[in-house]
Amino acid sequence: MSVTPGDHPNGAVRTVLAEDGVLLREGLSGLLERFGFTVVEAVGDAAALEEAVRRHDPALVVTDIRMPPGFSDEGLRAAVRLRRERPGLAVVALSQYVEQSYAADLLDSGGGAGVGYLLKERVADVEEFAAQLGRVAAGGTVVDPEVVRQLLRRRRDPLERLSAREREVLAEIAEGHSNTAIALRMHLSEAAVGKHIGNILAKLDLPPDDGLNRRVMAVLAYLRSA
Amino acid sequence: MPDDRPRTLLQAMARPGYLLSPWPLRAVLYGITTPLSALLWGIPLGLLGTPWLMLAAVIADDAHSGSPGEIVFLVVFGALLLATAGPLVAVPGAALERLRVRLTDDRPFPTPHREPRRPGLAAWFATRYTEGATWRGLAVLVVTALLFLPITGAVGLLLVLGATMAGTPLLVFVYGDNVSLGPWEVSTLPEAWLPSLAGAAVLAVGAYIGGLAVAAQVELVRFMQRDRGEEALRAELTEVTRSRARLVDAFEAERRRIERDLHDGAQQRLVALSMQLGLARLDLPEGSPTRERIAEAQEQAKRALVELRELVHGIHPQVLTDRGLVAALPELADRCAVPTEVVVELDERPPAHTEATAYFAVAEALANTAKHSGAGSARVNARMEARTLVVEVADDGRGGARVAEGGGLTGLADRAAVADGRILLSSPPGGPTLLRLELPCP
Repeated sequence: MSVTPGDHPNGAVRTVLAEDGVLLREGLSGLLERFGFTVVEAVGDAAALEEAVRRHDPALVVTDIRMPPGFSDEGLRAAVRLRRERPGLAVVALSQYVEQSYAADLLDSGGGAGVGYLLKERVADVEEFAAQLGRVAAGGTVVDPEVVRQLLRRRRDPLERLSAREREVLAEIAEGHSNTAIALRMHLSEAAVGKHIGNILAKLDLPPDDGLNRRVMAVLAYLRSA
Repeated sequence: MPDDRPRTLLQAMARPGYLLSPWPLRAVLYGITTPLSALLWGIPLGLLGTPWLMLAAVIADDAHSGSPGEIVFLVVFGALLLATAGPLVAVPGAALERLRVRLTDDRPFPTPHREPRRPGLAAWFATRYTEGATWRGLAVLVVTALLFLPITGAVGLLLVLGATMAGTPLLVFVYGDNVSLGPWEVSTLPEAWLPSLAGAAVLAVGAYIGGLAVAAQVELVRFMQRDRGEEALRAELTEVTRSRARLVDAFEAERRRIERDLHDGAQQRLVALSMQLGLARLDLPEGSPTRERIAEAQEQAKRALVELRELVHGIHPQVLTDRGLVAALPELADRCAVPTEVVVELDERPPAHTEATAYFAVAEALANTAKHSGAGSARVNARMEARTLVVEVADDGRGGARVAEGGGLTGLADRAAVADGRILLSSPPGGPTLLRLELPCP
């Protein structure tokens, strides 16, 4: 299921990019354009990001978490503020390393719809990365597999009750894949995927719901509570 | 052959040739300079001590016993005067006294004063006003004026008497007749020989008595102005402790710098590189050998990124800087192979270096737990107890953990010690193991 240049479903999503490393900023800019996103502005720090968003009113923000002046979590805080101001704004935060509390902060904003939290190095898989951005722009939720992996490694109730297969499905859900996509990726029937998801929701004491976003929200709710 | 020349007055006096040696003359020189010194330093000291002298007068005067206010004023004013101007007299005065000691003493006499830590007048004053040697120097001057001066006077009288008696023949020769020496009347030269001999004897005895008196004074000055090794040592120890703390801080800052350099440099470049490789791959036809090779290169770049990420995290975890122990300790527990429960009860964040010490202590403890204890579960607790950060790491493993020489725990104990903290380890064979870290947070 690869997305090839020129044949993109991203429909010129207006995007503001924030990344302090010039090399990476330009690279990312090129990557986004190539996959059909329209980069309306690319900036180098959190203050400029907020300004640019107010100026351009984009649909998507892709931001580095650690940026000047403090090189702490300025990008993340700016993203959370922007989400509060503009509930419809989709945000993907890129981080050099996985940090549960960053993910939780971001997912808490705006009900978790249209949010992504990814390790920076995921940009290497350019097609997958572009697809993930697309899913977030469309209101989906994407959490880095590494976050899910750490979460699953906790070996705590109630995650401990999940079977190995159910954990795999949970990880797929967290990455924002649809039932169909999960079935394809795991070589299962869609019905089997649906059954696994039902089991997961039951074992996590979450009310069953058919909507894609509801399921993702369920996983994220657990992530936040962990 | 050892040099057996006498080096002190006392040693010289123990020898038979004392009277004919230069030593009595040296003692006389000391005695002659005593009143000069007493006068030179006694006058300013007397001025500084005026309020106290007045106080003494007030108390001694029965008819006019001073009011409490008057007495308090005199006491305080006198103390202030001495405290502020005293060292200005004491430092040069004591230096001169130490120089005078050399007149009758060949032993080395190093200055008891410390080297000021920095150049400049301010540092000099700061050092001199705060060291004991200065105030003991003041005491030396007081003793010189009040004790040495009368002793020297008494010995001087004895010597003058002896010299006069010994000089009787000369007196008779010069003045002709009837020289009166107390009970004796001497008028002829033959009569003068007897008092002259007696005078010589008095001089000889005086040389010993005076020698003893001078030797006693010199010993007292040497005692009061000796270089107090332990005082210097203590000052040095304070300095060493401070510099150790500075080193640890510098070390911590350096770790952060390295972490940041790697983050802004190598990590960014690797990410950009792997992204470029990914884009390049897209341009090549599927299944072509070049595309395969680029995919392989990309895979290696990714692996390098993962390794670099782990390395950077180990140097200084960003989450600790950003969010403190509340976020960083649970994250540590997540990485631990042993299921670990974390409770952090901190209302506010401790200082950065305290946080770092606590973090790395828990990291080390959990690593040991995972490696050696065979524990099924572990528990981490961080809280404040009376301005002390207390961190406990417990596991239900087999115990027997020790703080081994050069082991990770030793390094942590050192780190804790720098912050005036400590690490306590209880790990009996059979377990459980409890590591407790206490770090004061002023």
